[in-house]
Amino acid sequence: MSKPLRTGIAAGVVVVLAALPIYLESFWLQTSLFAMGAIVAAIGLTLLVGIAGQLSLAHAFFVAIGAYGYAFLAGHDAPGTDAPTGLGLPPLLALIGAVALAGLAGALFSPISGRVRGIYLGLASLGLVFLGQHVLQNATAITGGYEGVTVEPFSVAGFSFSDADPDLTILGVPYGRLERLWYLDVVVVALAVWYGRNLVRSRPGRALASVRDGEIAAAVHGIDVVRYKAAAFTVSSMYAGLGGVLTALAFGRIVPESFGFLLSIDFLVMVVIGGAGSVGGAAAGAVFVTALPLILNHYSGSLPLLAEPGGGGINASEASRFIYGAAIVAVLLFARDGLAGLVRRSRSPEVKESLT
Amino acid sequence: MSQFLSLVVGGLFLGAIYALVALGFVTIFRATGVINFAQGSVLLVGAYLVGRLNGSIGFWPAVLVAIAAAALLSLLIDALLIRRVRAADLGTLAILTLGVDILISTEMTRAIGTDVLSVGAPWGAHVVEVAGIRVPASRVIAGGVALVLVGALAAAVKLTDWGVAMRSAAEDGETAGLMGIRLNRVAAGAWALAGGLAAIGGLFLASFPAAGVTPGLGLVALAAIPAVVLGGFDSPAGAVVGGLIIGVVSVLCAGYQDELSFLGRGLGTVAPYVVMLLVLLVRPSGLFGTRELTRV
Repeated sequence: MSKPLRTGIAAGVVVVLAALPIYLESFWLQTSLFAMGAIVAAIGLTLLVGIAGQLSLAHAFFVAIGAYGYAFLAGHDAPGTDAPTGLGLPPLLALIGAVALAGLAGALFSPISGRVRGIYLGLASLGLVFLGQHVLQNATAITGGYEGVTVEPFSVAGFSFSDADPDLTILGVPYGRLERLWYLDVVVVALAVWYGRNLVRSRPGRALASVRDGEIAAAVHGIDVVRYKAAAFTVSSMYAGLGGVLTALAFGRIVPESFGFLLSIDFLVMVVIGGAGSVGGAAAGAVFVTALPLILNHYSGSLPLLAEPGGGGINASEASRFIYGAAIVAVLLFARDGLAGLVRRSRSPEVKESLT
Repeated sequence: MSQFLSLVVGGLFLGAIYALVALGFVTIFRATGVINFAQGSVLLVGAYLVGRLNGSIGFWPAVLVAIAAAALLSLLIDALLIRRVRAADLGTLAILTLGVDILISTEMTRAIGTDVLSVGAPWGAHVVEVAGIRVPASRVIAGGVALVLVGALAAAVKLTDWGVAMRSAAEDGETAGLMGIRLNRVAAGAWALAGGLAAIGGLFLASFPAAGVTPGLGLVALAAIPAVVLGGFDSPAGAVVGGLIIGVVSVLCAGYQDELSFLGRGLGTVAPYVVMLLVLLVRPSGLFGTRELTRV
């Protein structure tokens, strides 16, 4: 593609993204907010699984640290009630702090993540999810236990990403929390994708890939294997933390249940369906896995075969679990490199032409 | 003191059930190099069948049907899916079994719904009391069954042709294949065995003092994973010891919940994972696992 054409396409994408909140219903906005939070976290996991070759079942734990970290750092004390406490930091600072906390947690896990390999790491990290659930349920002073905690709206330079303050109406559409968060999320996702792609192609990214392909060979080439593995885990946790902040903002109120073992599996599914190691694939997988149950649920009244929850038939969340369980099996049996691989293959004739 | 002893003994019996499930994991891992996350849902299928059928065809026939069905299901997972991608790496295979687990456990959740199916075991809610130590009869029977099965399995691995084939496949699959050992048959045997063990484990996990078969049983079975990791993934003896440790730790934590209340409620369910993490800090390949050596 020529340079002006690419610039034109990029400009078009920006305009469409900027205009979408005017047209989308709140259901679709809400769904995209969840999807974008998941995209950021999934990119972190695909870097870990696909590039560094380490399996983690603890991703939900780090997402939870980001989400609860933000809620705690940005939250305000409500004296006289038994609501969870908070430090009342400015939201932007709280966001950075939450990401740092998640990274710190990832780094603290490095005595295990640096030494334990592949699938064993996956099993060991399983422990973190259950430990995390336990803490979230019991540290009620900060997390509110099973009742959860309200998340302080994001704001930057006096502009609040909530329904008011300042009131905002664009082209006759009132711009509330969802519309405003849309822009925040789009920017964060764009930065996360950009950073992730650069990381894969950079010197540390290639070093990690060589650790994945052969630890001994990598060590012979002067790569500090243990340090790189621990670093990969830390970066992936920070991505998870950032995704967690976005998810918390999208929810408005977070409960421990949303960050359990099932979420960890969801993230693995996203990465596998997208094709491990592909940043774009992880994003596509995240959209698929996050949006599918929400959309099926939204249209469950009008879709054939689906029953209302509690009825005899298959309800929306079960249907989506069937679909993505089958998707994992199908992807691993027939298209090991996931969606990203399919796209790459369909493009490959073009690549050959340009090479010759 | 007698409370402590009761808890330890109760924990050992619970641990025996975990050991059975953990042995299934290890057997599959040794024979085919797969970490089978679908074990939990196979266990759930076994327990579900006992719960569903014991009313109509009686308890013992229901148990036999459940064991056979779980073994068959496990074997089919291997024959239809895993065998096609045998050469893939550990992570891929593990995620594939996660996919299978999602499919089966969703169907089970749907089938069970909000019911709590009783397994209808003849030993019911009896409690055995010896020298002041009280243990549910179902757990004592589970311990006996586990002892017999572990002994029989150890003997089979040591003495029978299947055992020799299985050990050589675990040692070096390619060479074993060249020596005329049918790897697919060894694999099928291991998967079927693990399925049967899971069904038996599921039956006892759903017996008294548990209320019955619920969809959550598959997650309870996950507690066998710390047992396996603790013991070292390729060691059957490690799986048994790991299972016993996990059983004792979780029963002790649940029993002394009030004294340990500063650590929060529901400590019994997380304690296995905490123990696993602590052991991995000291010994990355578990207590009895083969240490990975790197030589250049």
